[in-house]
Amino acid sequence: MFNALSDRFSKTFRNLSGRGRISEANVREAMEEIRQALLEADVNLDVVNGFCDRIQKEALGEEILQSLKPGQQMTHIVHQQLVELMGPVDSHVMLVDPPPTVIMLCGLQGTGKTTTCGKLAAYLKRNGRNTLVCAADLQRPAAVEQLRVVVEGVQTSGKGNAQVAFHGEPDKCAEYGTATGVAIGVCQRALKRARSERFDVLILDTAGRLHIDDDLMKELDGVRYALNPHQIYLVVDAMTGQDAVQSASAFNDRMAVDGVILTKLDSDTRGGAALSVKEVTGAPIKFIGVGEGHDALEEFHPERMAGRILGMGDVVSLVEKAQQEVDEEEAEAMAERLSKGQFTMNDFVKQIRSLRRMGPLKQIMGMIPGVGSAIKNLDGHEGQLDRLEAIVGSMTNNEREEATLLKSKSRVRRIARGSGASGPEVNKLLKQFEMIKKMSTQMAGMGMLGKMKAMKGMQGEDAMAGMEQLAGMSTRGSTKTTSVKKKFKKRKRR
Amino acid sequence: MGIFKSTLSAVRKGLGRTRDTMAAPLGSLLRGKQLDDAAVDEIETILLRADVGVSTTSSIISELRAAVKDGNLKRGEDAIDFLRVHLRDQFGDTDRSLANATTSPTVVLVAGVNGVGKTTSVAKITWSLMQEGRSVLVAAADTYRAAAVEQLGIWSERLGFDLVKGQDGADPAAVTYDATEAAVARGADVLLVDTAGRMHTEKGLMRQLNKIQSVIRKLIPDAPHEVLLVLDATQGQNALAQAKAFQETIDLTGIMLAKLDGTARGGIVLAIHDALDIPVKLVGLGERPEDIEPFDPDAFTQALFEE
Ligand SMILES: Nc1nc2c(ncn2[C@@H]2O[C@H](COP(=O)(O)OP(=O)(O)OP(=O)(O)O)[C@@H](O)[C@H]2O)c(=O)[nH]1
Ligand SMILES: Nc1nc2c(ncn2[C@@H]2O[C@H](COP(=O)(O)OP(=O)(O)O)[C@@H](O)[C@H]2O)c(=O)[nH]1
Ligand SMILES: [Mg+2]
Ligand SMILES: [Mg+2]
Repeated sequence: MFNALSDRFSKTFRNLSGRGRISEANVREAMEEIRQALLEADVNLDVVNGFCDRIQKEALGEEILQSLKPGQQMTHIVHQQLVELMGPVDSHVMLVDPPPTVIMLCGLQGTGKTTTCGKLAAYLKRNGRNTLVCAADLQRPAAVEQLRVVVEGVQTSGKGNAQVAFHGEPDKCAEYGTATGVAIGVCQRALKRARSERFDVLILDTAGRLHIDDDLMKELDGVRYALNPHQIYLVVDAMTGQDAVQSASAFNDRMAVDGVILTKLDSDTRGGAALSVKEVTGAPIKFIGVGEGHDALEEFHPERMAGRILGMGDVVSLVEKAQQEVDEEEAEAMAERLSKGQFTMNDFVKQIRSLRRMGPLKQIMGMIPGVGSAIKNLDGHEGQLDRLEAIVGSMTNNEREEATLLKSKSRVRRIARGSGASGPEVNKLLKQFEMIKKMSTQMAGMGMLGKMKAMKGMQGEDAMAGMEQLAGMSTRGSTKTTSVKKKFKKRKRR
Repeated sequence: MGIFKSTLSAVRKGLGRTRDTMAAPLGSLLRGKQLDDAAVDEIETILLRADVGVSTTSSIISELRAAVKDGNLKRGEDAIDFLRVHLRDQFGDTDRSLANATTSPTVVLVAGVNGVGKTTSVAKITWSLMQEGRSVLVAAADTYRAAAVEQLGIWSERLGFDLVKGQDGADPAAVTYDATEAAVARGADVLLVDTAGRMHTEKGLMRQLNKIQSVIRKLIPDAPHEVLLVLDATQGQNALAQAKAFQETIDLTGIMLAKLDGTARGGIVLAIHDALDIPVKLVGLGERPEDIEPFDPDAFTQALFEE
């Protein structure tokens, strides 16, 4: 996400840093680029103007003009301001005592409210909270059934032991706004049930509506007065355009929104909506949605988001994601070996496997500094990872632990035969292994900052080549593609 | 297909909010005023606010500036006329009617990212074709999203059309194949295929569209005759990225722009037109089946500039 915006910023600042010192005219020029980039990223025009004014004031101060590295200074200021605009962080879901805590989701049509109900329920389940989810969308055809299926999915396959249940009254469904208001009764009965069955949380999935649709907005008011929800979250599609400000402020004026959930950030949206919505509602961005499954909910981190915008990549996210996926002990053991330069073929395969578990490769690679822009031209060939594993699978255990043995041509021939690969393919893998080994051991033992620096140092060609190879990707050449069926099978998890 | 004619009043209603962000401020800025640099700057701002997009706006504005500099435009009203004519001309005279196969059935494949309005659009298109007395068969090829099949099932009951569905989690290509076979066997005039929402950045899911296309071709070699991409008018410039990615995967023949009633930024139509070589054929103006209109550049620009 945010790739294109990072590209623009990088370019602006590269231009600046080439000049040594900057003049007022330079700053103005840079501001114009930033303005354009933000507009292209769908940040609301008024928000852009306010933002640019603030930056320009700071940038034109003494400090930056005398700074020897104006590009860096400017990056810093823009980054700061972006963080300020999107922060502060608050991804805490307030729970009340006595329960149940009532959480209401609202927003435009198709933004992801129903899916997000499932994600929140899964999140609460992981945290040991019993949750009842109420289908208060009686407008969209089969919305009640949709939520029922989603909740059932969370109950059967969501992590944790807490209970997740569904409350729906499908017989109350309306045809095109004919029964607005009926939802209020449904919610009241759900609350009663949540109380008597001692649920910790009640989530209300309301119908999507236009903020200018007065009847439906009145219905929301009704639910609000009848149940007095403790938290009202506005669900916003991260791909929203200039309009984000209008709809968000209309919902906020009426509902006094407590938080925003930004969905569909798994797309390549530049996410201008994040900036706009935060600015007009003042409500914190609680979570972000990064996929269709109920586990695709993440905390929002403004520094990371700003970092991405500025082309600084998102190493922190990457590392955290890796930590979630990799077994802690195993990871520590590996770090230990790495720091001694003992990176083996087995580690290599383990790394690849954990990389694969982490989700769409592209998304992960996009987080690496300097890789952002190059990644666009890449196509992930997961099939190639299978091949890679097959090759390693044909090695003896000794070979896997001691890669120098593989300098022998006869061993390479044997492995090639065993895995159905060609000799050059095996050799390519060995080269990749050496490269990753170098990268990994260099980084082992460094703190987070060191890692970031190392990554930055390796920007462009090197890091790209390394990561590309680690993932078994190639910019050209390979024709092997993921089988559609396999991908789809993966997708049918729910 | 000579699908339903555009009614100006519906377009006018749907564009009500865009008018508020475009025509109204342009009017108060320009009527009875002299045209100067500051006014042109202000026009630029108004266009950007309406989601016309940076590049389209820049090109319009630089032409406007040139005309002002040459002394061709002097009064504020001149600028309004310039914009109206200029915006209308941008659209050219492309054929925007839905394809009509020489031998039935005409197959229409409907695709798009998550939640943009595909299924509702399928219901709307079916409704309008039925108004014209055509027999329509619909394939529920979204076998992925929860209750997507039930959603179409409800529309089929409400509107009285036939639906071919597979089981939940069935292969969408298999459902499409069955539906194509059924459409041929029953002699349906049109087959509409509703597909699951897919993020345009997901290569694997995009390839699945090719597979759906190729199973249709097994039975009808020149089908699908129409591949409609549904875009959400409330989304901004990312809609262009979506269109480009879909176009790279499958040859799009037209765009259905849904939720135009929900945006004050109808300008996105211009941005789409400017960036892509795919005609906007239909627009969605609400949640009811009759809330659909063919896109008519004349009606659109006229409605846009009515104060
Ligand atoms: N206001 C308005 N709402 C619309 C329009 N078209 C669709 N919607 C609403 O938008 C929401 C999503 O519509 P769907 O037709 O289910 O969208 P979809 O693209 O099939 O969604 P997925 O299959 O979930 O990807 C529903 O609540 C629709 O009622 C429109 O033109 N105007
Ligand atoms: N890729 C992606 N799709 C999402 C996300 N959140 C929701 N969706 C999809 O968007 C569509 C609309 O979501 P839904 O929850 O029905 O929206 P609602 O109308 O607001 O309740 C569905 O196809 C969802 O699967 C997300 O974060 N990423
Ligand atoms: Mg819903
Ligand atoms: Mg659908």
